[in-house]
Amino acid sequence: MHCGICLPQCPTYRVLGEEMDSPRGRIYLMRAVAEGRLDVTDTVTEHLDLCLGCRACETACPAGVRFGTLLETARADMARRAQPLRRWRLSDLLLTVFPDPERLDWVFGLLRRYQRWGLQGLVRRSGLLGRFPRLSALDALLDDAPHAETLPEYVPARGRSRGRVGVVTGCVQRHLFGGVNRDTIRLLALAGWDVVVPREQGCCGALELHAGGIDAFRGRAGALAAAFPDDVDWIVTNAAGCGSALRDAGHWLPGSRAARVAARVRDVTELLVDGDLPLAPLPLTVTYHDACHLAHGQKVRAEPRALLRRIPGLTLVELRDSDLCCGSAGIYNVLQPEMADRLLDLKLDRIRETGARIVVAGNPGCLMQIAKGARARNLDLELAHPVTLLARSAFGSSA
Amino acid sequence: MSLTPRFVDEMRAIVGKDAVVVSVEGRMTYECDMHTFYKGAPDVVVLPTRTEQVRAIVQACRRANTPIVPRGSGTGLIGGAMAPQGGVMVSMNRMASILEIDYGNRCATVQPGLINLWLTNAVRERGWFFAPDPSSQMVSSIGGNVSTNAGGPHCLKYGITTNHVLGLELVTGRGEVVRVGGKTLDRPGYDLTGVAVGSEGTFALVTAITVRLTHAPEAVKTVLAAFRTVIEASQVVSAAIAAGMTPAAMEMLDEAIIRAINAGTGAGYPEGAGAVLLIELDGPRAEVEVQGERAAAICREHGALSVSVARDEAERALLWKGRKEAAGAVGRLTASYLLQDAVVPRSKLPHIMREIVAIGERYGLLIANVFHAGDGNLHPMICYDDTRPDELEKAKEANEELLRACIALGGSVTGEHGMGMDKAKNLPLQYADADLNFMFRIRGVFDPARLMNPGKLLPTHPACGEGFRPQRPRLPEGTWV
Repeated sequence: MHCGICLPQCPTYRVLGEEMDSPRGRIYLMRAVAEGRLDVTDTVTEHLDLCLGCRACETACPAGVRFGTLLETARADMARRAQPLRRWRLSDLLLTVFPDPERLDWVFGLLRRYQRWGLQGLVRRSGLLGRFPRLSALDALLDDAPHAETLPEYVPARGRSRGRVGVVTGCVQRHLFGGVNRDTIRLLALAGWDVVVPREQGCCGALELHAGGIDAFRGRAGALAAAFPDDVDWIVTNAAGCGSALRDAGHWLPGSRAARVAARVRDVTELLVDGDLPLAPLPLTVTYHDACHLAHGQKVRAEPRALLRRIPGLTLVELRDSDLCCGSAGIYNVLQPEMADRLLDLKLDRIRETGARIVVAGNPGCLMQIAKGARARNLDLELAHPVTLLARSAFGSSA
Repeated sequence: MSLTPRFVDEMRAIVGKDAVVVSVEGRMTYECDMHTFYKGAPDVVVLPTRTEQVRAIVQACRRANTPIVPRGSGTGLIGGAMAPQGGVMVSMNRMASILEIDYGNRCATVQPGLINLWLTNAVRERGWFFAPDPSSQMVSSIGGNVSTNAGGPHCLKYGITTNHVLGLELVTGRGEVVRVGGKTLDRPGYDLTGVAVGSEGTFALVTAITVRLTHAPEAVKTVLAAFRTVIEASQVVSAAIAAGMTPAAMEMLDEAIIRAINAGTGAGYPEGAGAVLLIELDGPRAEVEVQGERAAAICREHGALSVSVARDEAERALLWKGRKEAAGAVGRLTASYLLQDAVVPRSKLPHIMREIVAIGERYGLLIANVFHAGDGNLHPMICYDDTRPDELEKAKEANEELLRACIALGGSVTGEHGMGMDKAKNLPLQYADADLNFMFRIRGVFDPARLMNPGKLLPTHPACGEGFRPQRPRLPEGTWV
């Protein structure tokens, strides 16, 4: 198939207008490699690495081509073919740290010191970062590195129980947006669910999967699935990337326990939308950004909007191109800072058109990325997860 | 041919180094359009942003005697946006702005790389739209539409691209910037806009287009009628037109297409029917109501299994989304297919459908049909398995047989996709030697060095165009051409 309907939906094609940086072009390259017409050259790798993995092309594709899976397979294949003594890559370091809760705790500890002792300001002023664009991008994302707090392991439903759900706490979410996890738990209980939060659940492996680390993903997703009891009706995620990867576990681990768990994964907004939540007025004007791995990866678009509209006094202004990637895409904004920044600029232009002061998105990566852009442009924007606003409306304050 | 490093440096100096593609890998992705059967990678791809750059590119190519191939979104179906002789491909995807919207004069001026639908999106709030709507309109560029004189479902009522192009800015094969036509209705001098539209880049590169904007109708009604067979449904088409109706669109979808679309977009076309007619009526509300009743009545008289009307805009939009994505959705039925674009007089639709069924059975290939029934413009998709070496040959034979059957019924070798590499050889089926030679001479006026999109539209010929004697495929006896 070569119809090209995906082209205008692809963020990198929007920016560059080049065939080899479009989904159709990338598939053409992958196919040429598979057929032996091309070797895995640096140029091929470059064009595939520039892909955000946002899967907007899957939403557009009338033939149902699963680009995300093709890309993950190609990346795994390329990693296998690479020289054993390949150059050290920043992505390897990030993938060593993020999915491992203990290492992440340790790194965030260092970061807090980096910030508290004024080192961040010093480094930022030194001009050193200008020479290392990827480190600079990493630094710019980190405004504040709070502690990961301990969450309750069980919270009973308020009123009559509708069933039991398990909450995936994530790795980045747990550290940078701990409040989102607490609000998720509170709201689910309020909506009538008994909530279990397994303590030793680890990371889902989404970042590794998107980078082509399929075996690493299988291990992590399998361990996570094992951490959840059998009797939960749903496994709830509040980070788009985790939800999307876990829902794909059926493809990568067919017939396994993880595959059965995958069939029960839902985004938190999908469960809350048919619950009965007593909501107090919030006189706010907000806009909603579709996280790629919610809109394209999980086809969740209507639920978060419906929930926001249910808050009395809240005005939801639609964002033009709301499902065009903001450039975050896992660790992409650190590895490809230039393209990520160009997409962030497009996103911020659109956000300004709405006039809203609050941007809502269901993924920690997007929240960090857009917040970074707002700081750089001196825009007075608040970034919020849908559950944050819902909690504010339901309980008078968010966690 | 390959280009000298000096020439590549010259290109970089014109458009900037980020707008020149020279890597083997990058160029390979430009080697074909949607008709993947014809492949030819350019030696270099350039992505200009301004007319001045385009002029400089053409002038440099003339000096280096290098072919020039334009490309929009690469959604063509004829092997048009590919470079059989190498050379420079001018990709218009960074010349994609709307330069002016002039509601008072009902027109807009755009750059060629602008996506067709994006123009409608820009004027929709004010109640306007750009009428030519090829099924690829969500991705195809207006420059590409002009180049092939594209049609679309709604051209039954609204006319094809040429009816909506008021003026053009061209960089001719001589490297001069020329403006033809304009906003006023009747410009003095030759109608060169009409000459240039549909010339597939063999005269000039289009750098700006002034197009007509159309005001949206007050009401739209979409009737969906299911039939037992495509042949039955075909009879309705002539009956409706003969009854004096002018639907905005009249589209036919057969059983295989319905299956593919429903699996793709979930558009909800009636399953189990042998064919579905999608009839759209638009205009003043009162008229649309009456016409809708008439259309439904004609369908019932011809044995429709069911007749329904889209309940709301959302349902209508979904039906059209399904229809417009059909060519992509067929990817669910087969990995590869040949998409034909031929025309028969609409009264001959039942004959040709019978013929297509017979050809499919003879070759043992699935032929899926989705087409603009209202103007007799067929799009049979001949499905084959590209992993089996003999199947492509069989598909190609079936394709040629089908085309000849259309011509035998008084039809045409192309409806709306253009000629490109694929159809150039078929042009002699339709024109006499004198006609073809005249076309060669016109081409020479715009492009004396014959560098503009070589190998496309006109059949290849040995010398200067005079005294051309084309090879003509044999036609069945008694054929009227």
